[in-house]
Amino acid sequence: MGLLLIEQAFNGLQFGVMLFLIAAGLTLVFGIMDLVNLSHGSLVMVGAYLATTLIEWTGSFLLGILFALPATFLVGVVVEVLVLRTLYERDHLDQVLATFGLILFFNEVIRIVWGPASLYSGLPEGLSGHVEILPGVPYPTFRLMIILAGLLVAVLIYVIVAKTRLGMLIRAGASNREMAGALGVNIRMLFTLVFGLGASFAGLAGMMLGPLTSVEPGMGEPLLILAFVVIIIGGIGSIRGAFIASILVGLVDTLGRVFLPMLLRSMVADSTADGVGPALASMLIYILMAGILVIRPRGLFPARTG
Amino acid sequence: MSADKLWITWAGMALLALIPILIQVFELPVFYTEMFCRIMILALAAMSLDLILGFGGMVSFGHAVYLGIGSYTVGIFSFYEIDNGFIQFPATLVICGIFALLIGMMSLRTSGVYFIMITLAFAQMVFFLGISLEEFGGDDGMPVYRSEFGGWIDLNDPLSFYYFVFAILLLLLFLCHRIIHSRFGMVLQGCKSNEARMQALGFPTYRYKLAAFVISGMICGIAGALFANWNEFVSPAIMHWTRSGDLLIMVILGGMGTLFGPVLGTVLFLLLEEYLPEWMDALLFPGAGEHWMGVMGPLLILLVLFARGGIHSLLGRLRIRNG
Repeated sequence: MGLLLIEQAFNGLQFGVMLFLIAAGLTLVFGIMDLVNLSHGSLVMVGAYLATTLIEWTGSFLLGILFALPATFLVGVVVEVLVLRTLYERDHLDQVLATFGLILFFNEVIRIVWGPASLYSGLPEGLSGHVEILPGVPYPTFRLMIILAGLLVAVLIYVIVAKTRLGMLIRAGASNREMAGALGVNIRMLFTLVFGLGASFAGLAGMMLGPLTSVEPGMGEPLLILAFVVIIIGGIGSIRGAFIASILVGLVDTLGRVFLPMLLRSMVADSTADGVGPALASMLIYILMAGILVIRPRGLFPARTG
Repeated sequence: MSADKLWITWAGMALLALIPILIQVFELPVFYTEMFCRIMILALAAMSLDLILGFGGMVSFGHAVYLGIGSYTVGIFSFYEIDNGFIQFPATLVICGIFALLIGMMSLRTSGVYFIMITLAFAQMVFFLGISLEEFGGDDGMPVYRSEFGGWIDLNDPLSFYYFVFAILLLLLFLCHRIIHSRFGMVLQGCKSNEARMQALGFPTYRYKLAAFVISGMICGIAGALFANWNEFVSPAIMHWTRSGDLLIMVILGGMGTLFGPVLGTVLFLLLEEYLPEWMDALLFPGAGEHWMGVMGPLLILLVLFARGGIHSLLGRLRIRNG
């Protein structure tokens, strides 16, 4: 039981940092540009496909990812310049619809280029084993690497936003777009850059997800909805909120799926527990979100007031 | 005020009334009657969404959930061999009303993007609930027997079913028309354009919006009950989140803030869904139709960017130009 708890807690953490990679870009775009981007999940998918192909070409996991990252960045920049740029001034409804259209488009392009079947790529060599995280507790190396990479990116984002000139401009743009523009900041360039960065983080999540699950058209959509849950819980525009909410959602979801059915089985009849348990477990994070929004309608860490 | 041009509504409904007759005159297969029946059912759902979206300014991104609940109500009654429509349909109204009340009570505490996302979250919750209902088919869904109306209406006859749906659509169009032009409807539209001012005038806007949200959910539930009958099958797929997106598209395509616009939007959207693949096969190359979504997506983006007001306003302008 204790072992299972530790292992599942790590799985939850791994799922959480993965969500953070997706949610970070989403919350920046949301908070700074006030853009609801449903097609963010498609960037996860694009990243996963590019990485799978490039890993095959180069024969190296690391090289594949190193090439796939700038490629996803480019895709993000192109999408921003061609479509999203015209949407900043529109209301949220228009943004939802247009980016919904983008999802359909991306899924079809992927189907045309790579075909409708799922791609499977094995775990990279050297990362396929297990390491002992605690004495007597083995854990898959690859998942551990995802946790580390995710935390690294979290630190990186924090440093960029809090310590660099770019981050200063991002914060300025977020708090008052017009004023920052009037002071000579090239807001258009800044937005494009931020969007590209968000895209490559999302792509990175897809790249690391690839070896764990199958790479298929539409794979980003369930993740996108979870990422939205994360940024709503965390408070739109808040990186810190996104991080805490990601870990929270990751842990609640993973632990809920494992332990809730067990817990129910100890309380009610097995047949009822087997029926209700999984249902309740998959609803858990939405219940969490609804609960948090009822108490704090603007999320845990509202980035802006008013 | 509603931007509805009544002549469009009359003309559109007259056309819908004539469609089965036209199909028989031109000896087309009965498939077309069934297709337009489905269009009217989803048009009803789109109209119910527009009641809160176009008139109340509430962007619900989880409206398909009521389609699902309505479908499952009929499905579950049918499962327990209660096929009487006089029980099923009122029950659908009550159950969808309760769900809409609960969802609305919590969702309406938020606004803007938070509202969009919390409605989506509730829809996902019910979606997963549907998947986990192993007894009722879980992910795969279950077959449904069509409702009985004591021998008065035979839903197994395509023509009767068509006019049954038509009558409900007509009735609910009229009902919504009256709602929008009532004092209640005026307050609702006031909330859309300036909620703070409505509050300053002393209107409890939360309660008005909640009432509209519940009415909309109940109407959409009826559409769901009809859909289960049409499909003779119910599965969680009906409340997949993309369906909520489709409903939003239908409303925008047809013209937000009009009652008949969503009906027009649904007709166009579903006809495109049906025929775009065939056209692409014919115009581009054989097999191109498989990738119709690749065309539908950009079409949608262009629509949002350049065609404000939808088909309804295009038709409206046509009339003015002709005098």
